Amino acid sequence: MSLFNVFDIASSAMSAQSQRLNVVASNLSNADSVTSSTGEPYRGRQVVFSTLQAAANGASGVKVAGIVHDASPMRQVFEPKHPLSDKNGYVTMPNVNVVDEMVNMMSASRSYQNSVDMMNTTKSLLQKTLTIGQ
Amino acid sequence: MINKLDKELNFHHQALSLRAARQELLSSNVANADTPNFKAKDIDFASVLRDRLSLTTNINKTGLITTSSRHINTSNVGPLGDDLLYRVPLQPSADGNTVDMDMERTRFADNSVKYDASITFINNEFRNIALAMQER
Repeated sequence: MSLFNVFDIASSAMSAQSQRLNVVASNLSNADSVTSSTGEPYRGRQVVFSTLQAAANGASGVKVAGIVHDASPMRQVFEPKHPLSDKNGYVTMPNVNVVDEMVNMMSASRSYQNSVDMMNTTKSLLQKTLTIGQ
Repeated sequence: MINKLDKELNFHHQALSLRAARQELLSSNVANADTPNFKAKDIDFASVLRDRLSLTTNINKTGLITTSSRHINTSNVGPLGDDLLYRVPLQPSADGNTVDMDMERTRFADNSVKYDASITFINNEFRNIALAMQER
């Protein structure tokens, strides 16, 4: 019954998007974390999506292939009074771009909504299917 | 008589199962809207349905016998198999993804309504049969 596969596909998309949302939340809340448990300033993280071959039908879900660290250069802020500033008075700040993350968040939540919508549509179709012959 | 009923319902059966398969494909397109290098897929509904309804093509569509794991396996390509088509993108994106959300959602809605319509047709078919069988 291929309509049930829609649930699998949509739920895989939902979990992938919620993981993306999680990473966005982590990035946004750590946008100003100058130090961490390793002593290094926080580095932005991004999720990598890949297709998940679920059904033999050619239809596929989504999975998170991994979470990569943002390789862009860290932000340097001139703040000589800061305890963690170097000898030139610069503090190394996280390389999180807040605007990018906000856009990422909007995109993730829209995609999530899309998946929920698909699920609801399919659910009503299945319910209608059960009424055949009644 | 049963044969006749079967013939009547076969068309709707094929159409409905194909609609369900297409629904799955379209949902996979929407789900993968953010996956890099994902290529949106769809089927040409009319031609696939015509294929399914003609018995001759069904006989020809038998799988290959494979004797090695390296042979191309035709059995796992699924019920749609070689009927799958890639969507031609109108606005190509930088990450190689060809999902156009507006288009996919429109087709998804279109497919849902037609699935619904198919069910209505089947219900009417049953109602007609019941009416014909009624004793006056």
